[in-house]
Amino acid sequence: MANRDTEQYFATPQQMRRYKARVITGHVLSYVFLSLVGLFIVTPFIFMIVTSFRNPDAYNYDNINSVFNLFPSWWNEGIDGPNYTLNNYAAIFTYKSATGRTINFALYYLNTLYVAICSTLFTLITTILASFAFARCEFKGKNLLFTVLLATMMVPGEMMVITNYQTVQALNWANTFASLIFVHGVSVFYIFYLRQTFSSIPNELFLAAKVDGYGHFRYLFRVMIPIAMPTIMTIAILSLMGAWNAYIWPNLVASGTNPIIKNWSMLLVSNGLMSLFTNSETGVSEDTVRIAGSVIVTAPLFVFFLIFRKYIMRGVSRSGIKG
Amino acid sequence: MAEVAKKPSKLATELRYLRAKPSAEQREQSTQDILKMKLGVKRTSRFQLGESAKAWIALIPAMFFLIVFMIYPILNTFIMSFMENFTFVGGSGSSFAITNYIAALNNPRTTDPSIGLGNYLSVLKDSEFQQSLLNTALMVIVSVPLTILIALLLAVVLNSIKPLRSFFQTVFFLPYVTNTIALGMVFRVIFSSSSGGLFNTMLGWFGLSPQAWLTASANRWNMFFVIVVYAIWNGLAFKILVFQSGLASIDKQYYDAAKIDGANRATIFRRITVPLLSPELLYITITSFIGSFKAYTQVISLYGGGAYNFGGSTGKEWETVVGYIYSVMQDPSKVGRAAAGSFVLLAIILLITLVQMVVSKRRVHF
Repeated sequence: MANRDTEQYFATPQQMRRYKARVITGHVLSYVFLSLVGLFIVTPFIFMIVTSFRNPDAYNYDNINSVFNLFPSWWNEGIDGPNYTLNNYAAIFTYKSATGRTINFALYYLNTLYVAICSTLFTLITTILASFAFARCEFKGKNLLFTVLLATMMVPGEMMVITNYQTVQALNWANTFASLIFVHGVSVFYIFYLRQTFSSIPNELFLAAKVDGYGHFRYLFRVMIPIAMPTIMTIAILSLMGAWNAYIWPNLVASGTNPIIKNWSMLLVSNGLMSLFTNSETGVSEDTVRIAGSVIVTAPLFVFFLIFRKYIMRGVSRSGIKG
Repeated sequence: MAEVAKKPSKLATELRYLRAKPSAEQREQSTQDILKMKLGVKRTSRFQLGESAKAWIALIPAMFFLIVFMIYPILNTFIMSFMENFTFVGGSGSSFAITNYIAALNNPRTTDPSIGLGNYLSVLKDSEFQQSLLNTALMVIVSVPLTILIALLLAVVLNSIKPLRSFFQTVFFLPYVTNTIALGMVFRVIFSSSSGGLFNTMLGWFGLSPQAWLTASANRWNMFFVIVVYAIWNGLAFKILVFQSGLASIDKQYYDAAKIDGANRATIFRRITVPLLSPELLYITITSFIGSFKAYTQVISLYGGGAYNFGGSTGKEWETVVGYIYSVMQDPSKVGRAAAGSFVLLAIILLITLVQMVVSKRRVHF
């Protein structure tokens, strides 16, 4: 139908053919361009997954002899035995270095999950209450306070890290979960984001609820939170992702063992992964084991992304933050 | 819905009553009446908190942590940057910069730390800081425009196709949901060896000889190449997403009109897409300039030598400004210098934002 419509716009068949050829070339070029960039994006992932299952000897053989090792065959000519193995993953969970220090990603997982869940709950509680106060209540100095908070969003986090690092030492919070959960748990951006959603709830609803005898806080829990649930979900997801990817702050304050629970390493997954590469004490020499570590750290995020794609993509386009 | 219509609730009746009143004043008055009536019946004995008291109760948790871990640090770091010979011991009472500052102001001769611009002078004279400034500036100047250009092209092309669009969207978004350290490590392995490795093998297809990319003896610009490649790989996702949401809001009529006028693709892109996308372009330019100036994790992840290894034989080859601040901060006697460095960073960020705002005044069509 569309074709018959366009035919009317052309004086001669040749002109139409030329037009169609141009459209088709454009489409082909578009897909070629997209595929090339897509390949560039995807190659590290494919390399990561394939290499994590490779026999270290086979991988090294390919590497030294410049064999293209992205999709190798089941048997490798350079070595005896199968090309693929699960040993790399086993090493991630049971590795013992010569000095007796261990790499235990199960522990790092546990630490990270604990910190991620606690800090997300903490963030949600403080954010919901604060944005409720800014959106729903009238009090003296509200606008001034809000402006001051917004202005702090311009300040780079490094500036706070310098003093917070000292505060954590003074509070004896080094290597504790408290330093990972509370110090950067309150985010001005999330308060701002949720306040916008809260403010868009019509005032009539509040009056009606008041008529039915609802107080401020009951209104918050029964009406505002259910209505703003998509935004709250987005905040929770971004906060969980941020906690999972955190590296700088945990590395500064929690790279040792817990002062209360002896020998409990406080490393989170990102730091644990970095320690696989730093050779001195806990380092592993095989690239395949290191890459298996990368897969272990990335995989949960991928599953998470596939489940919450909608929330993540919407939240990200609004915020532009990456943990 | 049907049940609600059959049996209107108390709430709905009262709402209708409120809506029926013509003026806002009367409406407010009637609300007050109803409230008085209701509260008079139900709540005579209960203690009622004022609205502002409730607001402050709700604000306490957030404000407490914001003051301790955000407002106070900003002030403290600011003061620290002006205190010379200030040692942050930690634990003892005298180590807080604010108290020391007050003491030094009250009695400048007897107190040990003095106040001045010494930290700023020493940080600006520090060749390591100058080098880190230069490194960061190079990364920003090369990687940011490239990433924005590629992302813009990708968004426009994505917008012009129908089949497979959401597939490509998901693929391009993948780098965003990965751990920067984990993928930096993968890039390191891809570029690792000086004779083999995935990238060198691929270079071999084009008849190019293998090179050292990330090893301690690697050429400075080879290392820079890997940093830029990783920055682009890492930065595309967010920009594409923002550009796409901007493109979706452009009215299709502009494109139809341009087609009728016989404009070609390049003209349409230059005369319609870019001007109408200018708010998003400005937003992305500012955020990515700021973000890249704070680059740190993505550089150290490529070298895998721990938090303060930036490649090269000295481990400082591509040190960034933020990396400099973090490594200097570890030394208690140089905390003041780190603080001064962080304010230089803030000044640069503000300057970039200001320049872009001024330039955009004439170019952005809101």
